Amino acid sequence: MHHAHPHTFSDDIAELTGQDPSLCYQCGKCSAGCPVRAYTESPPNRVVRYVQLGFDDEALASQTPWLCAGCMTCSTRCPKEFDLAAFMDAVRQLGIARGVKPPVADMRSFHESFLSQIESHGRAYELGLVFSYKMASLHLMQDVDVAPEMFLKGKIGVFPHNVRNTDAMKNIFRRAAEVKE
Amino acid sequence: MKIGVFICYCGENIGRTVDCAAVAQACASIPGVAVSVDYKYMCSDPGQNLIINAIREHRLDGVVVGSCSPHMHEKTFRKACSNAGLNPFMFEMANLREHCSWIHDDIAVGTAKSIDLVRIAVEKVKRNEPLTPIRVPVTKRALVIGGGISGIQAALDIAGAGFQVVLVEKEPSIGGHMSQLSETFPTLDCSQCILTPRMVEVYQHPNITLMSYSEVEKVEGFIGNFSVTIRRKARSVRADLCTGCGDCVQKCPIKKKAYSEFEEGLAFRPAMYVPFPQAVPNIPVIDRAVCTYYKTGKCQACVKACGRGAIDFEQQDEFVTEAVGAIVVATGYKLYTIDKKPDDSQYKGYGEYGYGVYKDVIDGLQFERLASASGPTGGEIRRPSDKAVPKKIVFIQCVGSRDESKGFSYCSKICCMYTAKHAMLYKHKVHEGEAYVFYMDIRSGGKGYEEFVRRAIEEDHVKYIRGRVSRIYEKDGKYIVRGEDTIAGMQVEIDADMVVLATAMVPQPESAVLAQKLGIAYDNHGYFVEVHPKLRPVECSTGGIFLAGACHSPRDIPESVSMASAAAAKALVLFGSDVLEREPVVAKVNESTCAGCFYCQKVCAYNAVERREIRDRAGNLRKVVAYVNEGLCQGCGTCNATCPSKSVELIGFTDEQLYAEIHALA
Repeated sequence: MHHAHPHTFSDDIAELTGQDPSLCYQCGKCSAGCPVRAYTESPPNRVVRYVQLGFDDEALASQTPWLCAGCMTCSTRCPKEFDLAAFMDAVRQLGIARGVKPPVADMRSFHESFLSQIESHGRAYELGLVFSYKMASLHLMQDVDVAPEMFLKGKIGVFPHNVRNTDAMKNIFRRAAEVKE
Repeated sequence: MKIGVFICYCGENIGRTVDCAAVAQACASIPGVAVSVDYKYMCSDPGQNLIINAIREHRLDGVVVGSCSPHMHEKTFRKACSNAGLNPFMFEMANLREHCSWIHDDIAVGTAKSIDLVRIAVEKVKRNEPLTPIRVPVTKRALVIGGGISGIQAALDIAGAGFQVVLVEKEPSIGGHMSQLSETFPTLDCSQCILTPRMVEVYQHPNITLMSYSEVEKVEGFIGNFSVTIRRKARSVRADLCTGCGDCVQKCPIKKKAYSEFEEGLAFRPAMYVPFPQAVPNIPVIDRAVCTYYKTGKCQACVKACGRGAIDFEQQDEFVTEAVGAIVVATGYKLYTIDKKPDDSQYKGYGEYGYGVYKDVIDGLQFERLASASGPTGGEIRRPSDKAVPKKIVFIQCVGSRDESKGFSYCSKICCMYTAKHAMLYKHKVHEGEAYVFYMDIRSGGKGYEEFVRRAIEEDHVKYIRGRVSRIYEKDGKYIVRGEDTIAGMQVEIDADMVVLATAMVPQPESAVLAQKLGIAYDNHGYFVEVHPKLRPVECSTGGIFLAGACHSPRDIPESVSMASAAAAKALVLFGSDVLEREPVVAKVNESTCAGCFYCQKVCAYNAVERREIRDRAGNLRKVVAYVNEGLCQGCGTCNATCPSKSVELIGFTDEQLYAEIHALA
């Protein structure tokens, strides 16, 4: 039986991810294994807690969703099988939809640059991502010192490796944009 | 036929939304109704007298009361009919309360519906037959399955009341998990010290027949009349000759081929072994899988050592059949293990904790053995890999339990308490050691339990960290435990020498098979299910079978003992009667039309359908038909609905009766 209640931020997230944030019982296993935990002001479980309690502004102001690397360690180990990486993605999307300025400057540029590489090549093209991000963020000299070693180790290829059917990928992006509208 | 109709107001319960006087008046004109009256409280003494007097005065041969639910007062009114000389099964109830007045607001609607409900009941009662309750004798003997603390308690209680008990235990000794424990919360009294006298009492009790190293093979019959076949596994040692001197165990040369089950794999045991020194009975068993004699026929060291000639390599499993009236199931639990599980398992292992490959990442029962004075280290806490005393131990609660991603939704209930005990015992034994506990919640409901946990924290300075552990890995001889303290909002990393996992309790792996033999219900984990969670917590839906201890759900020693005594009391209630009376609402097969397809047998949840041979006068087999055992049948009607030739009828609910009820509405 559905009881009428005002639509909440938590409901928005549930609609986007297919999982109700009230599933989380706050054990902290996600935060325990989070590799970017040291760089954010809030452990991931606290961002979920904000949403559970209806503190939308606090959730949207947190750096954690924006610094989330999407490594899925949390989602893999969660005892409630709550997909925390998807949750973080939803917080970012809702923040953008509400016109909230991302609390970590340039992260939006990074995500958009990354997606534009996927749209063009069908998979990550690191060098393209580097250029695209630097043009968008204007942090031209950031991390330049690590570039030579990364080249030598083969972490950054000069040419993109496209998927066989790049048109299909473009269609996916076009369709996604239509759905969004 | 002359039917009497009696409409009850139930105070205002029915009277508020049903015009009871109008209902009584309308029902007077239903064909067959000789008298129709209304009254404020039909269940009261004057109300019942109204019925009794009407039966006598009008010579009624059927009664319908329109009132509450049969659950509430069917017995009351049947008794009233009986007192007036009418067969109690010539009575029907129309539920004007739950099915009508409580769910309608409009008096006109409620009144019209009440008249319909009474009309239906009148049509049914016209087709009722006088029935007599089924009477079955009671065998005043009990079977207890499982010789842990629950089974021991149930057996002692029933035996103490003067009835015979057969106690079946699948291991070579009784005692169960409690015999493995070091000390018990919240009093820290020695587990063995309080248990072993009970084990000896069982052994010496004149009313208890102990069958250790035995398993239930087959269960037939029904409440008061079970016939149980028990497999007595071959010990390879003759119990009638063995004195328990232990010379054979000493001389057995196969010392290191099998891990000791009792020591939870932390020590070896010989091929010829007694599980532990205080075992009851103190009769050894040969593990044929590792014994040299059974492999090459060469070794006879035990035969030479035995001064009584008790070794019998040729011994076979024996089957005995016992007649009992009640069964107490007390098969207990096991601990879930974190190792990798097969794909078809309902559980998953913990890759993030190493899938059980780290030697010094142990479980709660293993820690009990380390802390026990009778254990492999003589009670010193030493880690299994190098026997070093760990300077830093991490205890992790809720491993498996409450972890849906591993297949568990439930709380194992005892781990909060035994983890506090473990940490406390460690601090008592290793004063300079550090103990950390990762927990999600502390569940310490129980007498003296919360105080016990606080004592671990406040007096023994165990550090409790609120959060789950994400990963355990090995680095430079340490186990790095990576968790989060959600209170401080900080990641915590501890380099531990040993890790103790409070793993989930699960039922014995064969519990589902046993449940099928007994015809009792079990849940998706294999825990046995009671009839009613609040009011009948130790009874199974199959009559005469009762539950005790952790085979029902995770529970600690005091709860298991209480439940065992409750199960024993239920068995004794049964033994209080010589004969049982049961409702005669059972299925009956029409043998002349039964085609012998036995679909009914396949769908019967109570194993009540049997095969009966029909022979002619010359003794030639004419056909085989279904036959319903009245003692077992619970009157559910599944066979009735399944029978393709409509040869099964449920007495009291025949097709004719049900169609008449439906027609009454048309």
